[in-house]
Amino acid sequence: MPVPFDPDAQLVSYAHPERLVTTQWLGDHLDAPGLVVVESDEDVLLYDTGHIPGSVKIDWHLDLNDSVTRDYVDGERFAALMSAAGISRDTTIVVYGDKFNWWAAYALWVFSLFGHPDVRLLDGGRAAWVGEGRPMTREVPSPTPVGYPVVERDDTVLRAFKDDVLAHLGKPLIDVRSPGEYSGELLHMPDYPQEGAMRGGHIPGAASVPWAQAAAEDGRFRSRDELEHIYLESAGLSPDDDVVAYCRIGERSSHTWFVLTYLLGFEKVRNYDGSWTEWGNAVRVPVVQGTEPGSI
Amino acid sequence: MSTTADTSGLPAAFAEIAQDFIAASKRERLDLLLEFSDELPELPHRFTDDRDSLEQVDECQSPVFLTVEVGTGDAAPVHLFFDAPAEAPTTRGFAGILHAGLDGLSADEVLAVPDDAPMRLGLAEAVSPLRLRGMVGMLSRIKRQVRLRSAAAATR
Repeated sequence: MPVPFDPDAQLVSYAHPERLVTTQWLGDHLDAPGLVVVESDEDVLLYDTGHIPGSVKIDWHLDLNDSVTRDYVDGERFAALMSAAGISRDTTIVVYGDKFNWWAAYALWVFSLFGHPDVRLLDGGRAAWVGEGRPMTREVPSPTPVGYPVVERDDTVLRAFKDDVLAHLGKPLIDVRSPGEYSGELLHMPDYPQEGAMRGGHIPGAASVPWAQAAAEDGRFRSRDELEHIYLESAGLSPDDDVVAYCRIGERSSHTWFVLTYLLGFEKVRNYDGSWTEWGNAVRVPVVQGTEPGSI
Repeated sequence: MSTTADTSGLPAAFAEIAQDFIAASKRERLDLLLEFSDELPELPHRFTDDRDSLEQVDECQSPVFLTVEVGTGDAAPVHLFFDAPAEAPTTRGFAGILHAGLDGLSADEVLAVPDDAPMRLGLAEAVSPLRLRGMVGMLSRIKRQVRLRSAAAATR
């Protein structure tokens, strides 16, 4: 039986409020049957220092990425991961994490590639929960493995590959990296020199909207009005646009994918997870430097 | 999974840590790393008032700073100081291993530590190779600071 949605007034203005829960709702529903809370962080040990009681850890590096091919795990590995976490196909998943839910949104996007029906994000993430003094524990649950079906990953709807982006040039693109990465001054994200590229700049025509603009000072998502101002008025996107979002390895753009799709109701947003670590290293793809989007 | 650590060239304390990690399962390696994270000594007050004197480790994904003091005399003991936030336990764990494995050694002993020492702990499979690069960056910065400070001491 599905867990009821969070009816909180601060969520109702979003296009798909059923994809978000508040800290209060989660606090009230931690023991709800059919609910599993997943923590997904940049730091692989952060969960182990303390986490929401009953939550399980899923690590983007170790659990969601294939360790050999640059790709996500396949249907069998995903089924094993979900099953071990006590998640079945009809489980309601709530994901939360550090850094404004950056990695949590990435995990949610990967879960969506496998079409998991009900997966929601905790608005404000780990910082909001901790900031309100809500319970944390170091106790790691031992879920009873459940059967999760082997579902083939669908890369055609939510995911864009390099060739898709080449075919997409001229249509709306959104670059969610920092301004320095967009203009080409930086070959890597500040503080992430190990994920660099041979060339700096952006994909021709891409609008620059750094991902964290979608978060308010308290780490929760901005209101619908504020988000519309950022993405529709300033960046010039429209909810019926065919949009591709990218960043460096596809994590920050997962966050923007979530905002456009579920908070603003865009119909077709794909995440280019190859992102700049592929495009900026690829031979003879067009690159624009400077602060203007440019064209092909 | 290998159960014998390659300890060649490692100082005794670091070699012991490497053996503990290699003997542990992947899950236990994370627990051990968490212990080192929990036990990383606080930054002394004389540095908290002067954070500009600390060097940022750019190879780490989280803000971590370190500095080195080299004592006088033949032994020239090296002391290591780290500053990393509680929200970055992996980075703190790396710092804790380096502190436990290297603090108190002589400058020559620290400089003789193999550059691939962080790779001998079996952590690549527990935290991913990409994350482990942060620890390699810390070690190289420690050695560079020891070299600089030893040279400065020699010319005094």
